[in-house]
Amino acid sequence: MTMIFGIPLPALLGQLLIGFINGSFYALLSLGLAVIFGLLRVINFAHGAQYMLGAFAAYLLLAHTGIGFWPALVIAPLVVAAISAVIERTMLSRLYDLDHLYGLLFTFGLALILEGTFRWYFGAAGQPYAQPQILSGGTNLGFMFLPNYRGFVVVASIVICLSVWLLIEKTRLGAYLRAATENPQLVQAFGVNVPLLLTLTYALGAGLAGLAGVLAAPIYQVSPLMGSNLIIIVFAVVVIGGMGSIGGAIVTGYVLGILEGLTKVFYPEASNIVVFVIMAVVLMLRPAGLFGKEI
Amino acid sequence: MNSAPAAERGEPLLKVRKVNGWYGESHVLHDVSLDLYEGETITLVGRNGAGKTSTLRAIMNLLPRRSGEIRIAGRDMAKVPVHRTAHSGIGYVPEERGIFASLTVSENLMLPPKVAEGGMSVEAIFDLFPNLAERRNSPGTKLSGGEQQMLAIARILRTGVKIILLDEPTEGLAPVIIQRIGDVLVELKKSGMTLLLVEQNFRFARKVADRFYLMEDGHILESFPTAQLDAKMDRLHEVVGV
Ligand SMILES: Nc1ncnc2c1ncn2[C@@H]1O[C@H](COP(=O)(O)OP(=O)(O)O)[C@@H](O)[C@H]1O
Ligand SMILES: [Mg+2]
Repeated sequence: MTMIFGIPLPALLGQLLIGFINGSFYALLSLGLAVIFGLLRVINFAHGAQYMLGAFAAYLLLAHTGIGFWPALVIAPLVVAAISAVIERTMLSRLYDLDHLYGLLFTFGLALILEGTFRWYFGAAGQPYAQPQILSGGTNLGFMFLPNYRGFVVVASIVICLSVWLLIEKTRLGAYLRAATENPQLVQAFGVNVPLLLTLTYALGAGLAGLAGVLAAPIYQVSPLMGSNLIIIVFAVVVIGGMGSIGGAIVTGYVLGILEGLTKVFYPEASNIVVFVIMAVVLMLRPAGLFGKEI
Repeated sequence: MNSAPAAERGEPLLKVRKVNGWYGESHVLHDVSLDLYEGETITLVGRNGAGKTSTLRAIMNLLPRRSGEIRIAGRDMAKVPVHRTAHSGIGYVPEERGIFASLTVSENLMLPPKVAEGGMSVEAIFDLFPNLAERRNSPGTKLSGGEQQMLAIARILRTGVKIILLDEPTEGLAPVIIQRIGDVLVELKKSGMTLLLVEQNFRFARKVADRFYLMEDGHILESFPTAQLDAKMDRLHEVVGV
């Protein structure tokens, strides 16, 4: 058997794949956080809860209406985005003129309420969510066995991240967004409805979390705390990448997922903390993050 | 055409009456009134801190707090939100120019939405400012100061506004660039544009201005036609201190 640094190749590639899949979720979630932080300057602590909402929306759609994975992949994120837009309009938007700490506290409280409600109603145990039929089974890549659904998640997350990046960097709407990030008052003086732009941005970020939640449902099960377990790592990813850098958030998400996977192979004991160790080192050397600008 | 007495000219396109403005507790505009008639150019002069920028910001509804009457083409602007102000046909070229670093030159140019028909086409704008055309794909803030100023003016020309507020467009620029911007303003005026110019450079301002407003400590002291500029020079130097 082929060995690399004393590790069998299939084991190495297997962990690499798991790392890539985790990285796909880190990238999707930190992308949403970065989009929201960039324009709203709010650290969205409800992001994990919105991810959980997306997964539950898919689960409930299937359980109560028989609507399956593919429609849910569109409907659930839209539901999460719509709920989040209402929350932004009615509550979060009232905090923009105050210290940023209030936005953070508000979204933190929101996360606790959402997760508490779902836990009270559904219990803490996870609910299974079947992967779509067409993606069941796996493919033998020669050097390893790739479950089809996991391959799909990796491809889907790359496509989604790339689309959002293109939306922000290459379109007119994205230009409004970038400009409003720099100088919202002036953009508003030009006649752009910046409050609406803020609502759409929050909805976009939350919708991305919801989308990640649907993608996660068949892999990690659907549970009220699925988001809070993941979001801590995602915050570390965002800190490492640099708050507000869209490309940075995406790249850092994948890279850290892979690094975490490799750590599981070479030094399993450290795999749970490797992201935080990297975060500490980055904070010491580059407090604004790898891709961030000093604010 | 602009020498007719105000009474014969009817309603001003931009009317500012007894406007007061505040930043938090500090009261920076005191009963500011001015009239700007269609096709006219007025210049607001006054020393640093007199309240010229704040006056423009009050008109654009960018002050944290303002009171008094502001009308554009007869329309009361008191309740119009910031993002609808431009849609009354008014464009703003801020003192700090406000070129966006994360946008290319052409994205900066295309950023302000069209608010009315009759704005300049992108081709016409690039004809007027050929150096912007050459650098259309570079980031906005890679431009020189003069080019940034031209871009700040150019992007407003696309939008179809009837009134442009320009805050010290020549500040810190080389004489040739100032000349160039002066030519552009003269062209705009010829085409019927209505301009409110804040300017310390009287020699520059007299080429385009029909009237001057003199401002001190948040008050308008007086206004006079450009023909009286020479007679008023001593007074101006006293108030403006340049
Ligand atoms: N953002 C601000 N916050 C508080 N005070 C301000 C602010 N901007 C300007 N001021 C004050 O308002 C007054 C008028 O300033 P400004 O309108 O910028 O004058 P000018 O443009 O004539 O130099 C000054 O006393 C200035 O210190
Ligand atoms: Mg000023």
